[in-house]
Amino acid sequence: MGIFTITINGTDHRFEAESEMPLLWALRDIIGLTGTKYGCGIGQCGACTVHLNGEPIRSCSIPVESANNQKITTIEGLATRESLHQVQEAWIDQDVAQCGYCQAGQIMSAVALLERNPNPSDDDIDSAMTGNYCRCGTYIRIRSAIHSAAKNLSVSDLAKEA
Amino acid sequence: MNHSFSKISRREFFKRTGVVSGGFILAYSLPTLGRAEEPIVESTELNAYIVIQEDGKILIYSGAPEMGQGIKTSLPMIVAEELGAAWEDVIVKQTPEVNVEKYGRQSTGGSYTLYRNWNLMREMGATAREMLLGAGALLMEIPKSELEAVDSQVRHRVSDRSMSFAELAGVAQKQAVPDSKSLKFKPREDYRILGTSKSQVDSLEIVTGIGDYGIDTKVKGMLFGCYEKCEAVGGRIVDANLTEIKRLPGIVDAYIVKGNGKPNELMDGVGIVGTNTWSVFNARKKLKVSWDETQASKASWSEFKNFAQGASKEDSEDKITIGEINSVLTDPQNTVLESFYEYPYVSHLCLEPMNCTADYRKGENGKPDHLEIWLPTQNGPRFQKFAKDFYGLEQDQLTIHIKRMGGSFGRRNTNDYVSEAIELSKRSGRPVKLTWSREDSMKGDFFREGGFNKIKGVLDPKGKLIGWDEHLIRASYPGKPGFLTGPWPSAFPFNSVDNVRASLSTFRVDTPTGAWRAPYSNTHAFVSQSFIHELATEANRDHLEFLLEMMGDPRWLSPGQINALNTERAIGVLKKVARETQLQSTPARNNRGLGLAFYFCHAAHVAEVADVTVTQANEIFVNKVTAAVDVGPIINMSGALNQVEGSIMDGLSTMVGQKITMENGRIEQTNLDKYPVLRINAAPAIEVHFIESDYDPTGLGEPALPPLAPAIANAIFAATGARVRTMPLTDLGYTI
Ligand code: FES
Ligand code: FES
Repeated sequence: MGIFTITINGTDHRFEAESEMPLLWALRDIIGLTGTKYGCGIGQCGACTVHLNGEPIRSCSIPVESANNQKITTIEGLATRESLHQVQEAWIDQDVAQCGYCQAGQIMSAVALLERNPNPSDDDIDSAMTGNYCRCGTYIRIRSAIHSAAKNLSVSDLAKEA
Repeated sequence: MNHSFSKISRREFFKRTGVVSGGFILAYSLPTLGRAEEPIVESTELNAYIVIQEDGKILIYSGAPEMGQGIKTSLPMIVAEELGAAWEDVIVKQTPEVNVEKYGRQSTGGSYTLYRNWNLMREMGATAREMLLGAGALLMEIPKSELEAVDSQVRHRVSDRSMSFAELAGVAQKQAVPDSKSLKFKPREDYRILGTSKSQVDSLEIVTGIGDYGIDTKVKGMLFGCYEKCEAVGGRIVDANLTEIKRLPGIVDAYIVKGNGKPNELMDGVGIVGTNTWSVFNARKKLKVSWDETQASKASWSEFKNFAQGASKEDSEDKITIGEINSVLTDPQNTVLESFYEYPYVSHLCLEPMNCTADYRKGENGKPDHLEIWLPTQNGPRFQKFAKDFYGLEQDQLTIHIKRMGGSFGRRNTNDYVSEAIELSKRSGRPVKLTWSREDSMKGDFFREGGFNKIKGVLDPKGKLIGWDEHLIRASYPGKPGFLTGPWPSAFPFNSVDNVRASLSTFRVDTPTGAWRAPYSNTHAFVSQSFIHELATEANRDHLEFLLEMMGDPRWLSPGQINALNTERAIGVLKKVARETQLQSTPARNNRGLGLAFYFCHAAHVAEVADVTVTQANEIFVNKVTAAVDVGPIINMSGALNQVEGSIMDGLSTMVGQKITMENGRIEQTNLDKYPVLRINAAPAIEVHFIESDYDPTGLGEPALPPLAPAIANAIFAATGARVRTMPLTDLGYTI
C-alpha cells in the first residue's frame, strides 16, 4: 500500500493504492475516471492509452507508483470547458466510432501524434496508431479524421497567431 | 422470437401504448459535458417512443440495444423522418425499461433489427405527426389537410404560419390516436433525414469518455468481482483456498459457487469480491482450486482434424438432396472436381470484456426480492425469461438497465456473465460489478465453430455447373450438432444447382459455440464461393459469367420472403461490382490480381472484389476491396458505410491469422499476444456502392462479411496461381 499524488487532467489527486496496481485500475476504480478502457491488460490493444507528461502510454502496463507526482491526461481531460479538442471534433464529424470502446485510446494516441507531427502522412499515422486495435475496424475513418484534425489544428493555430 | 408483442395486434398495441394516461411526465436528463445533470425539462409523451420537451427538444427512444451496429441512431432517424422533426432537435435514449408489450422487440441480432422495426418506427412517427397536425388545425383554425409537419413545426403551406411541436404537444396529446391503417407514410422522394449521413447519437459521449458502457457502471456501495471457472468447460468444483484468498489486500469475500452445468447459464466457480478490479484479479493469481474434471471437456482440435481427414461420406447423414447427384457424378461425360476446405474456431473478441453489474436485494418483512441489473446484452427479454426460470423473479421484481456494448457480434446473448454477477451480489448483499479479464473472455467464449468440407462439383461438357456434393464435417456438442452448424438448404448455391447433396458428419467437441457475425454464412461463403471459382477455372470460363449463369433468370425464389434469394438483385450487385472494378478487363500481373465473390444472407445481396498483391515472400497486400450491396434504401448513409467497412475489416482480420485451438478441453489462445488482429497499417482501401432498390430496408451488421474471405482467396489465386482452401492464411505461410 502507498499514498500517491498524481495530477490528473490538471487536478491533483491524492489517494491510497497498492503500489503495483496498474495506473489503469487506479484511474477507473479509485479515481472514477472510466473513460480509459480495459481491453487486454497486456499492452496489446491500446484501449487504455493515456498521456504521461504528454507522452502516450499504456496505463494497463505501468504501476501506479511510477506515475506518482507526474502529470496524467485522460480522455476526460482533452476538452476544455468551452470546446472540444479538434481531434474529438473530427471524430464526431467523421462518425468514426462503431461500438466506440477503443476510441478513447485511439483519440489519445492521435492527439499525441499530432503534437509531435502536426502534418502526418498515412505512413506516419499507421506507425503511430498500430498499437491501437479497433475490433470494429474503423481504421479508414481514423486515418481520415486525423488528417482533418491536422488541417483544422493548423487553421486554428494560424488564427491564434493572427 | 415469440415475444408476447407478436401475439397482440398493432391496433391493440397502439391502444395500450399510444398515449399515456395524461398530464406531463418528466424527461430524463442527459449526461452533458462539464455538467453532471441537465435541468429537468417538462415534456409531453405522444406515444411510447416520442416525447416532446418544452425546450423544443424531441426525445425519441431506441428499443434495440446498441453494440456498434448503429441501431440507436438509425431507428430514431426513421421516427424523426415520419414525424417531421428536425434531426438537430432530436435526443435519443435507450428505452428506460425492458417491456415488450410497450416497446415491441427489444432485442437485436441477425441483422434483422432494422427490417423488423421499419414499420413500427414509421407508425410511431406518423401517428404522432397526425396528432400534432390535428392540434395545429385546432389552434390555428386551419383545415388539417392544408398543414404539414416539417422542421419540428406544423406549418400552413399557404400563409406560412407555423407553430412549433413544443407549443402543440399538450393539445396533440389529447387528440385521438389515428388508426394505423389510415396512416400514410412519406414517399422516398420527400425524405430529408433518411438516406443522409448522421453521426452516431452517442458520438459526443464516446469521444469525451463519458460514454456509459456496462463496464463503466458505478453504483453506490458497489464491490468489484471476478469469477474463476475450470479451464476445461464442465469441471466441477471440489474445494478452494478461500481462507487464504480472503486475507489478501482489497479482498472483501470469496465464495464457492455451484452452477447448473450449463455454460450459457451458470457453471461452477470461485467468486471473489473486493474494493477494486485489480485486487480481485490479483488475488485470483493465488487461487488454488481443486476441480473434478471427470465430466469436463476433453475437446481437441487436433483430434477433430484427424477425424475430419478420415471421415467418409458413407458415415455421414444426408441433409439436403435435390435431383440425381449420383448419376451426374458417375456420368463419364462430366468432369468432377474435388476439394477439401478447412476453417478454424474463432473468438468474438469484443473489445469490452464480458461484464455485468447486479444489485440483488433480499425482500424484508415479507416483501419479494428485487434485482436491479446493469446489463450489456443483445436481448433484454431473453434475460427476463432467464430471471424468471432460473431465479423465479417476475417482471415487477426486476429493474433492467440495458447498457451500450463495446462490441458483441453475437456474443452477448448468453446469461453466464449475468448469473455470475447475480450470484456474487446475492452472497455479498452488495451491488457487484463483475468483470471478466481478457483471458476469461477468450477462454469462456461461445466460439464461431470450426470445421471441414469435402466438396465435389460436377461440370457438364459445356462447362456448366450441374452437380454439387458437399460433405460437411463439424463438431457436435454434446452429442448433437453445434450451433447453426448447417447445411442450410436455403443457402446459395444449394438453391441454384440442379443436383445437390449435402451431408453432415459430426465429432464431439465440448467447446461451446454460438452466433458469431453471420453464423454459418461466414464459413459457407468461404467454401462455396472459393469452390465456385475453382470450378469456373477448371471449366476455363470467366468467373462472373459462370456465376451469372448459376443465377439464371431474374426472379425472387420465394416472392415476398425477405430471406429468399432474389436473383435479380444478385445479378445487380455482381454486375455493379464487376463494372466498378473493371473486373473482366483487368488481367492479373506482377503478382497482383482481382478476386470476386458473392453472397446472400441476412436478406442482403452483396458482391465484393478484392485487389491483392502477393510478394515472393508470401506477404499479402490488400490494395482495395470494392463492394456492391443491395439492402434496399439506406437509412443512415454514414452508419451503413461504417458497417460495410467494419465487416470487410473483420473478415480480413479473421481470415488472415485468427485461429482458436483447444487441447484437453483448454483454449490455447487467451489474449492478443497469441491471437493476431488486423491493425491500421494493414487496413485496405474500401469502396462501397449501394444499390438503393425499392425493397424494404434491411440490416448491415453482418452480410458484408461472408464474401470477403472468398474474394481474397480468389484474388490470391489470380495473383499467384496458389489456391487457398484453409483459413487462417498464416497456416499456409502467408503474412500481412
Ligand atoms: S488494456 Fe492496455 S493495452 Fe490493452
Ligand atoms: S469502435 Fe469498436 S473497437 Fe473500435
